[in-house]
Amino acid sequence: MRPLHPVSPGLRTVLGISFFVLFVAFWAWITLGGHVNRIFLADPLSMLRDGWRLLVEDRFWLDILITIWRVFGGFVLASVVAVPLGIAMGAWKPVEAFLEPFVSFARYLPASAFIPLLILWAGIGELEKLLVIFVGSVFQIILIVAVKVGSTRRDLVEAAYTLGSTNNGIVRRVIMPANAPEIAETLRLVLGWAWTYVIVAELIGSSSGIGYMIINSQSRLATGQIIFGIIVIGLIGLLSDFAFKAFNRWLFPWSLA
Amino acid sequence: MSKLLIEGVSRTFAGVRGGEPVRALMPIDLAVAANDFITILGPSGCGKSTLLRIVAGLEAPSEGRVLLDGKTVTRPGPDRGMVFQSYTLFPWLTVAENIAFGLRERGMAEKERDGIVASYVDLVGLKGFENHWPKQLSGGMQQRTAIARALANDPEILLLDEPFGALDNQTRGLMQELLLGIWERRKKTVLFVTHDIEEAIFMASRVIVMTARPGRIKSDIGIDLPHPRHYTLKTSPEFSALKARLTEDIRVEAMRTAQVQPAEG
Repeated sequence: MRPLHPVSPGLRTVLGISFFVLFVAFWAWITLGGHVNRIFLADPLSMLRDGWRLLVEDRFWLDILITIWRVFGGFVLASVVAVPLGIAMGAWKPVEAFLEPFVSFARYLPASAFIPLLILWAGIGELEKLLVIFVGSVFQIILIVAVKVGSTRRDLVEAAYTLGSTNNGIVRRVIMPANAPEIAETLRLVLGWAWTYVIVAELIGSSSGIGYMIINSQSRLATGQIIFGIIVIGLIGLLSDFAFKAFNRWLFPWSLA
Repeated sequence: MSKLLIEGVSRTFAGVRGGEPVRALMPIDLAVAANDFITILGPSGCGKSTLLRIVAGLEAPSEGRVLLDGKTVTRPGPDRGMVFQSYTLFPWLTVAENIAFGLRERGMAEKERDGIVASYVDLVGLKGFENHWPKQLSGGMQQRTAIARALANDPEILLLDEPFGALDNQTRGLMQELLLGIWERRKKTVLFVTHDIEEAIFMASRVIVMTARPGRIKSDIGIDLPHPRHYTLKTSPEFSALKARLTEDIRVEAMRTAQVQPAEG
């Protein structure tokens, strides 16, 4: 095979799908073929059966909706705080000098370790779930946005100055539009991580959501349900990622033209 | 009175890692008359771009000062339009929006802007491309837009830093004619930095030749070739004579650069 040589779109699709097929086939072979104990791993068919029962009888779609709302709620909250802060840090170096050391430190604080504290402060209601996602995302977004903004093309800034831009004009009409696509791309990335935090938040002190269903199934050894829940998360993650990508393309046609 | 006065402007860069400071520009004096087209010709690294950036206000001189219409330059401003060698169109704005940028920064109403933008789109021959993104344009078209963007602001002086340096030879020739044609019709004070001898003569009413680093003015030559200039001028005997003279001037400097640099490094 020639290195770096592109693959045709048709072959790409076939190859991409065939791995899923292989994966499921292997799973079916070890479970249906009796190579692993049913108690530890459900086979694909009973997984689908369990999933269908969950959706129809246990109103699992309500849990799905609640989890989606938590992810987006926490994510929007974090973005609203972090994006302006990140832009301020990237644009104005004294602000960066003031906040960067703390944010860099806070970024390594694991969101899951905050759950006990957040439960103490905010109870086990929705606010606590949103806060877990907020804590997990906000520092990451601030830092990445600050770095992107800090590396704004200097020649564009200089060109704007020679066209009469004020310092404020530079921030609002050069730095912000120049980095908007990258900021949107950063948010798309962080949204993916938010899905991890939400499940962790729902595993502890929760009575609804996909994570709650998963921890609940564990006590009943319902591995089919657990796997179904995991696959649902993966699918929603994939869908929201596609939607986010399409939205960014629509929003910033100039960056791809 | 001179439009632009450069008085004893020099520039020294601080040494890297405690090394000796580097002198990029020896003190330079230059008076530019209104509506003159001045080209600054020099070997690469001679500090000609630094000089232009100091006039633009993007860099501060170590000594001396720059006066435009009698006022000292302290920071960049819309009275000194600049075209860079790198493509500096704002990629998120269309051609028309790029040209309107300075007018918008000034707070001009959209209606008023549209008329001015349309006339400059016309001037640089980009009719039909108003709504294109910069990425969709060739290098020559991008630089035409950049020239229109600088001119739409109606600056007192137009500064160009090797604006056609990244273009292929044919496109460069066409761009020279275009810019010169605009200057012949609209009259503007222009400072044009280049390392291309032919370009320097063809465009200029006056060529300033700079020495190798640290740069200073080596010669100051008036170009009395008649206007309007046509590209065939480049093959005329007068043009060839000027070219021969400047080639000799600049060759000495280029050789100095080539010999001195390995010894320094």
